[in-house]
Parts: sequence; structure tokens; C-alpha cells
Amino acid sequence: MRDVADPQRPNPYEIHPATIVGRIPEAEDIETYRLQYVNPAMRRAFRFAPGQFNMVYAFGVGEVPISIVSDPDEPDLLDHTIRVVGRVTKAIAHLKPGDILGLRGPFGVGWPLDEARGRNVIIVTGGLGCAPVVGAIEYIFRRRDRYGAMKILHGVKSPHDLLYRERFDAWRRHPDTEVLLTSNQPDKTWRYHVGVVTELFEQVSIDPAKSMVLMCGPEIMMRLGVPIFMRRGIPATAIYLSLERHMECGIGLCGHCQLGPYFLCKDGPVMRYDRVMPLLGKAGV
Amino acid sequence: MKDKPIIDQPPVLLVKSSFQRLIDLLHKKGYRVLGPALRDGAVLWDTIRQVSDLPVGWRDVQEPGRYRLEETGSHDIFSVVHGPQSLKPLTFAPREPLLQIERTKDGFSVRPALPDEEKVAVLGARACDLAGLAIQDHIFLKGAYRDPYYEARRKGLLVIAVNCTRALATCLCASMETGPRATSRFDLVLTELDDSFLIEAGSEVGRELLAELSLTVASKRLVEEATHRIDACARSQVRRVDRSRLPQALYDAHEHPRWDVVAARCLACGNCTMVCPTCFCHRAEEPADLTQQYSEHLRLWDSCFTQEHGYIHGKNIRPTTKDRYRMWLTHKLASWVDQFGTSGCVGCGRCITWCPVGIDLTEELPVLLTQDRT
Repeated sequence: MRDVADPQRPNPYEIHPATIVGRIPEAEDIETYRLQYVNPAMRRAFRFAPGQFNMVYAFGVGEVPISIVSDPDEPDLLDHTIRVVGRVTKAIAHLKPGDILGLRGPFGVGWPLDEARGRNVIIVTGGLGCAPVVGAIEYIFRRRDRYGAMKILHGVKSPHDLLYRERFDAWRRHPDTEVLLTSNQPDKTWRYHVGVVTELFEQVSIDPAKSMVLMCGPEIMMRLGVPIFMRRGIPATAIYLSLERHMECGIGLCGHCQLGPYFLCKDGPVMRYDRVMPLLGKAGV
Repeated sequence: MKDKPIIDQPPVLLVKSSFQRLIDLLHKKGYRVLGPALRDGAVLWDTIRQVSDLPVGWRDVQEPGRYRLEETGSHDIFSVVHGPQSLKPLTFAPREPLLQIERTKDGFSVRPALPDEEKVAVLGARACDLAGLAIQDHIFLKGAYRDPYYEARRKGLLVIAVNCTRALATCLCASMETGPRATSRFDLVLTELDDSFLIEAGSEVGRELLAELSLTVASKRLVEEATHRIDACARSQVRRVDRSRLPQALYDAHEHPRWDVVAARCLACGNCTMVCPTCFCHRAEEPADLTQQYSEHLRLWDSCFTQEHGYIHGKNIRPTTKDRYRMWLTHKLASWVDQFGTSGCVGCGRCITWCPVGIDLTEELPVLLTQDRT
């Protein structure tokens, strides 16, 4: 067997070791892992866009696709928010700062944050599927003057499911920013809206011609929620969804992440709504 | 993806009794020669040293869910059309290590396990197999990411095709316009006649091989005879796929009740995806190493019929057999066209033969495309 690496033709399957330089707890079973490539050349060369993902590797176990949530202007340190859901994430949860994970990436198409410049941005998340938009939100707040009004809409089942509570509070303090939270199974401490997240879509004030919607969360929320925004005048071409499918390779070859004609690992995970409209909600697609 | 014709010289003649000369030449040139060999009641690619290693005097009979070999008593070498294997396992390995990962003092080191570039000559590829190869070349070599493992195997592959002069009951290459004549991606192509082979070259390497064999140009009569046999093979095919309304009509058939009917028969075994020359799904695996010092990152063929294929934490996108058969057929005949510009079906008929219950896409498709949903 050969092990000669050809620098002209990088091997897209090659995993590169990265050090865990920090672990930031986000919620029960969810932590953000701050990673840094061991190889200085990789550190210097790596560039990514918010919404793109890496394949994160745990030694002897395997890889999982994880969205990069840190700022693209600081590609030396790469934050990955990981919830323990399976074998690989469980193995990762046992590691501590100083330990080594593997990375392969970045893959996929991220959020259209250049196109969103000068426009109002409505960010919608639901349930636990929040990580891919956190990167976009932080990106915008670091460049606040380039964007119009910000609306962050987030729905959870019970208050217990509300992750990133501190982040929501911090985001609320930015200028020209509205944060709307809702729970449909609230407890006595809940100070926000009561109901499902799509009710917020009806309530929030929007200027449809100037707005762009970025959405991430359960597909049912997207399926039921997007038509509300469209009814309120936002065109399908201004609505973007971060979608999720099983992924083994990240490079469009393993076949698992298909959504109709698309491979979400390379054509997505962020897709413009008009491209996927007929596919969402179709059983088995 | 239709390639332009690659033959620019008239066919030459090799008498059948001298066929060993071709095999010997390939060995002399340093190739490991693979060809169809009788194994376990079918043919599989295996090492060929002499003509008698090939299934001389045998032919295959294929029907939905049925594969049988019969002795013919003739001295024809290539009357077995094909076995369960296309060229796929030769270029896209069913199971291969991608990386070797070793624990070190500071973490781990990663070593790509690229296959050796080996010269392999495959003798007896069919037009449908070449069409499958063209599709896999496109997927693994022409996309945004190039697969170096596929590339290494593909580079060393010399293809000697055989034009089909005999159609199986399961063949449908004529309607898929992929055969029975091989038109691209071969180095040499043979047409078997009663006492001889016509040989044509399709590449520079093929032309060099022919030059070394120094054969005479075939007579016009034999060339016509070959064309006649290939044309007759096309005409004798009984199965076909009408692609005139694809891909859209199949997308539109998503809710057709026929999916339930076929799902009631389908065992979700995945045989169709394993024998398909174009199916490319794969998954990664790392077998446990007891010492925990070493790990091999493997790639294995996967199938959209498995439980895990559509699984994401706590949810299965395609929980039922109906979802999976629909995914497979819709991908093969519809979304494949949007993804790669061609159909994912090359008309080899293997999915029909090797389906344990004989599900036949040429029987399902017309029903699925019928508007009247009764």
C-alpha cells in the first residue's frame, strides 16, 4: 500500500489531528469544543464560512458532521457545538482539553451572509437544532453596522429545552435587535410568549421587501413556518434553511444525504427555500 | 456523457484457436488478467492464465430471481453474458481501508492507505459494464472532490470488452442506449464469431497491443456478420424502459399506490444495489482494536435499503421498505439524471436477476407512470 501524499491533489478522506483547547458547557449533554489543528500549516491555510461544517473524528470510533460556529475571521480556533446523541459524540464527550480529535473539512455551502448585507435578518430556530445559526448570529453581531434590523425567533417545547439562555440575553442587548422566545409547555418561570414558534412568525413586525430569513430546526417547523413568511410577502428566494441528513463522507460521494436531486453535504446544508420547496414534507425523501 | 466513437481502424481477425496469444501478450506486458470464471454456479472475475480458465462451452440463463449456467457443448468462449459482478468491484472496492490511524504519545497519526497502482487487464467486460464504468468515473473523478482510491485502481485498469451477440431475458441495454455494442472506455473490443474474433482498438494502449499481435484485417463478410449478430442481439431484447417522460413522471409518481404493492414483495435485502454497476453509496467503519493503539478507517459499500442509511439521531428519514424501494428507483431513474446528466440505469438487468423475489423495474415502472392509479 502507498502512503505518499500528493500535495497537488489533497486526499479528501484524510483526517487531520486537532487539539481540544477548550470545552465550553452549553447545556446538559451539549458542549462547545474549541479545536486547533496540530499542524501549523493546516492552521494557517484553513478558511471557512458560517454554516459550513467539519467532519469531526474520534480515534477508533468514527466521524460526525458538525457545524463550525466560531468566527471565520479567526480560523485558527474552531468551535464545534456537539450534543451527545450517538457513539462518536459519546466518545468525544469523554475527552478533555489537551486531547486530540480529528478534523476534515470545511464542507458544504453556508449562510448567504454577504447577500444579507444591508437587509433585515430574521433568524428562526426551534428545538435543539440551534447550533448552525449561532455562528451566523455571532457573525452578524460582530459586524452589526453592515446589517439592518435583527429578529431572533426561537421556540422550545419546555423552558428546560432553552439552551444558550445567556446568549439570548446577550443578543437582546444589541441595537435594533429583537429576541422573541416561545414555549408551548411553559412552567411558572416562563416570562415569554406561550405557544408554538410559528405563532411568532405571525406576530413579528417585518418589512418583507427588505428581509431575509435564516432558519434551522425541525423540518416540520420549516414546512409549517415558511408559508407564513411567504404569505407576509417574503419571497421564497429570500428564505434559507439549514437542513440535516445522515452523512458519512461530507464530499458528495457516500450517497446518504440526498434530498431529491441534492446532496446536502455539498449542495447544502444551507439551501434556498425555492430550491427545496417541493421536497420538504414528502415522505421518505 | 456520451463519448465520441474511439475506433479509427478496421477490425482485425484472431482465430479462436489462437486466443491464448492475447492472454499471453497481456501477461508479457505485466498485466494480471481477470476474466469470467465459473464459481459457485455463476461467473465471477478471477485470474485467467489460459483459455480453459474461461467459461468455454457454458452459457447463462437469467430471469427475474433466477440465474442458471448451462453447458452448450460449443467452443464459444464468451457465451456467459455476465455474473453478479460488473466492473464496479475492480475500481470501487467493496471494502477497503482509507486511513490507518495510530495512537502516538501526543494523540494520533494518520496515514492514507492508497492502493498500489497495479496493472490489471479485465477480459470480457460488456457494454453495460462500460456504461457503468463511465458513470462511476464521472462520480468519483469528475466531481468537486476526486477520490484517490478509485483513481489508483482505475489508472491501472486495461479493459478488453466483448460485444454482446446474445441477449438474456433480463437485458435492456438497447432501450437504455448503452449496448449491446461497446462504444467507449475500452482498450480492445472483441466480437466473437463461430471460429474467430474480430478485434478493434479503442485506445493507444489497445492499438499497441494489436500491433504486437500483427493480425490481418478482417474480411468484409465477417465484419458484416459481426454487425448482424450485434444488431440481432439488440432486437431480441424483450425488456425495455421508456424514458420519454423521465425524470419528471417518476417524481410525480411519489404517492402512487404501486409502491405499496412492490414494498409488500421487497425484502429490503439490498442485492439490487450490490449488483448494480452504478450504485455508489458507501459508509465508514472502524473495527474495534483491542489494544486501542491502532485503528483502520474503512470504507464499505452501503445500500439505501438498510435501516441505517437514512438514520439521523433518533429519526429515520426512510423507515419503511416502501420508502427505500421508492428512494432507490427514483434515484436510479430520476434524480440521477438531475445529479449526473444520465440515467443511473445502464440496462444490465442484474437487479432483476439477483432480486430474490424477482422484482423487475421494467414491470414496475410502466405501472408507476400510469396516471390511472387503480
